[in-house]
Amino acid sequence: MIHPTSEQALAEALSSASGPLVIKGGGTRRFGTLQGEVLTTSGLSGVELYDPGALTIVAKAGTSLAEIEGVLAAENQRLAFEPPDLRGLLGREGDSTIGGVVAANASGPRRIQGGACRDFLLGVRFVDGQGRVLKNGGRVMKNVTGYDLVKLMAGSHGSLGVLSEVSLKVLPLPETTGVLQMTGLTPEAAVKAMSRALGSPFDVTGAAHATRSATGEPLTLIRLEGFADSVAYRAESLRNRLAAFGDVEIDTNPARTKALWAQVRDVAMHVGTEGDVWRISVTPSDGPAVAARLPDCEIQFDWGGGLLWVRVPFGMDVRASLEGINGHATRCSGDSLAPVFHPEPPALATLSQGLRQRFDPRGILNPGLMG
Amino acid sequence: MEMPQPNAQVLHRKDQIVARLQSVVGADGVIFDVIETRAYECDALTAYKCPPMLAVLPRTTEEVSEVLKICYDEGVPVVPRGAGTSLAGGALPTADSVILGVARMNAVLETDYDNRFIRVQSGRTNLSVSGAVEEEGFFYAPDPSSQLACAIAGNVAMNSGGAHCLKYGVTTNNLMGVKMVLMDGTIVDIGGGHLDAPALDLLGVICGSEGQLGVVTEATLRILHKPEGARPVLIGFDSNEVAGACVSDIIRAGVLPVAIEFMDRPCIRACEAFAHAGYPDCEALLIIEVEGSDSEIDAQLALITGIARKHNPVEVREAKDADESGRIWLGRKSAFGAMGQINDYMCLDGTIPVSSLPFVLRRIGELSADYGLDVANVFHAGDGNMHPLILFDANKPGDLELCEALGADILKLCVEAGGCLTGEHGVGVEKRDLMNVQYAPDDLEAQMAVKDVFDPAWLLNAAKVFPLAASQSRRPGAHLEVS
Repeated sequence: MIHPTSEQALAEALSSASGPLVIKGGGTRRFGTLQGEVLTTSGLSGVELYDPGALTIVAKAGTSLAEIEGVLAAENQRLAFEPPDLRGLLGREGDSTIGGVVAANASGPRRIQGGACRDFLLGVRFVDGQGRVLKNGGRVMKNVTGYDLVKLMAGSHGSLGVLSEVSLKVLPLPETTGVLQMTGLTPEAAVKAMSRALGSPFDVTGAAHATRSATGEPLTLIRLEGFADSVAYRAESLRNRLAAFGDVEIDTNPARTKALWAQVRDVAMHVGTEGDVWRISVTPSDGPAVAARLPDCEIQFDWGGGLLWVRVPFGMDVRASLEGINGHATRCSGDSLAPVFHPEPPALATLSQGLRQRFDPRGILNPGLMG
Repeated sequence: MEMPQPNAQVLHRKDQIVARLQSVVGADGVIFDVIETRAYECDALTAYKCPPMLAVLPRTTEEVSEVLKICYDEGVPVVPRGAGTSLAGGALPTADSVILGVARMNAVLETDYDNRFIRVQSGRTNLSVSGAVEEEGFFYAPDPSSQLACAIAGNVAMNSGGAHCLKYGVTTNNLMGVKMVLMDGTIVDIGGGHLDAPALDLLGVICGSEGQLGVVTEATLRILHKPEGARPVLIGFDSNEVAGACVSDIIRAGVLPVAIEFMDRPCIRACEAFAHAGYPDCEALLIIEVEGSDSEIDAQLALITGIARKHNPVEVREAKDADESGRIWLGRKSAFGAMGQINDYMCLDGTIPVSSLPFVLRRIGELSADYGLDVANVFHAGDGNMHPLILFDANKPGDLELCEALGADILKLCVEAGGCLTGEHGVGVEKRDLMNVQYAPDDLEAQMAVKDVFDPAWLLNAAKVFPLAASQSRRPGAHLEVS
């Protein structure tokens, strides 16, 4: 295992690498299995700068997510893109790192309102496959100086370079969280209800639906955050707006609302079940149609219906369910022959391949993972 | 300012190129008369002018594709143009170039309220995107100052921002998909109604690539329901430092206003003389806007003014209704016009960490005194995006050069303070030669490698963004092979 403890050592390790490398942060969220020598970023750890008044944190890539979240919580702030903890779902152990979160563009339920990890990523430092130490972006919220390689690195799954440092925008923790709950809705009705809520002026920060909850019934959740009076006002307004879909219960208990959304974020409904986990991303109103084409299985819809988490029989390829529908599916677990990432149309595949070839001409960084 | 030598062989074939392009877009779609091409000689950075060889105005993506195939075949440089409102010279032609304007492509193709997006042709203006969804109570959030005129094509190219991006983000945070034509004519579709990329985030690198990677012909944009209401508060301080500290305290308190605008004394005075908005005569002025229902607005404004009062403001003026809101915004919105009336000015666009605000303002004051040119500051304080306006006299020999030198020093100061050269206007030609201040040669090399992949012949807007010396080996005729 290669274990650099400085950016310089990381650059030397990549320059001198002679074969395929498996880039590892905490190893808690990688999709697919890879062959090669493991290079871990755990030796590159520590918060470099935290400026709460500027809503900015800069940390070395191997810093654990838990450490970052702790530092932020002490100032009543958070990573607003809500990175999921997929250890339970994927059967992993270890500590998630901020570099791994960024490399996977790991984004939870708040993606529909606040944005994804890539939207909060202000800057990166990384070492590419040629061993070049590179930087892009910075630590300010508005930056159009040159190409946005920051976005390109977010979600590149270690295939373009190994992150050494990331800068992120953070946000204040809300005073109150309120959750509207509806039970018994079909996926079609749930997505309509969620669309109605998301198309309101009430700043919904989460909209998810599970075909089966702890009580056995389908459960639809809509989240509001902010100052207590404002949450109460908006919850009532939304309840009225959603009356046609059935009874709406409102919960503002901090422990319960936190637990409910942690379950959505971490896809708790599929923890401990058998089969391959897939993640399907489509236009929200297409979600129920995709679900209807899948074999009989429980589904968690997040992002207002546009993100489907499913567990299907081992080896099954769910991509057939996307025929004629714009979107994509990612195989998150299992060893089936289906590629982990959705095959791109030829012209885009050529561009992606060209980018990988430029940044990693020897093809040593997580080879084969993204194509 | 240096631009590449026009390619004499291209100019020599002008008639043939015109004829080929006319066969695609019709006689009225190609502008090649030397008088008429002057309409395209510059964008909103009017200090630099150069008429193109010709301009072509296609009506469909397919026509854009055919036009680019011809230009690719002929080896002609292409400069994409939205509405020509770039402040950085992003649409400045070269003498041998074809301006590819999308002005005739302004249709709304799809509005989807259930899924909260609109799909438009890229020549549509920013404000008319909101206009198309206004009746249903929706809007498109990024709001650059030029929103009445600027096109979505340019917004995507420059990753445009605006006053309200503190809450809603800039273009890249609101762009869900594009249809784009590569330089060889290949049409690609990226993204759409879903919220993440299937593989590498190509959309993320296309947005803000200043028309160097492809010609965007359609965009899928996130739309949001309008808030129930919005109202500003105006707060005056007798020092820039204190105003800066107040901004920081507000952000830390957990309020997220939609806008925090900052004006310094020279700017306040100019605006007041021009617009008579009734601003207090003080050192620094904040305009902070919040959104929500009436009672939500009251609660947020109470919190904000409570924080402000701890900093001994000289004035706190809460808007109680639309009329008072309008008056508070009046001065700010006329700031650039006001400055333009008393002087020629150059508008900068650097971003700094919010916490460096007092230091940077003090240094700008010192630089201003050193150069003997006044600087007025008006900017988006919540996100640190500064717009120092350097006042100069265009008729006075040497003043423009002096102004440019001061501008460069201020932008270097922004980088030194932990910020960047441009927050929302783009690099274009204006800041091209300052890129070395922010990026090391390898960093620029990595960015140029992206262009190598999308536009191997470097025909698209090639003389922008990167210092000419850095991009020299790549621009025509150096062809690079991509596997």
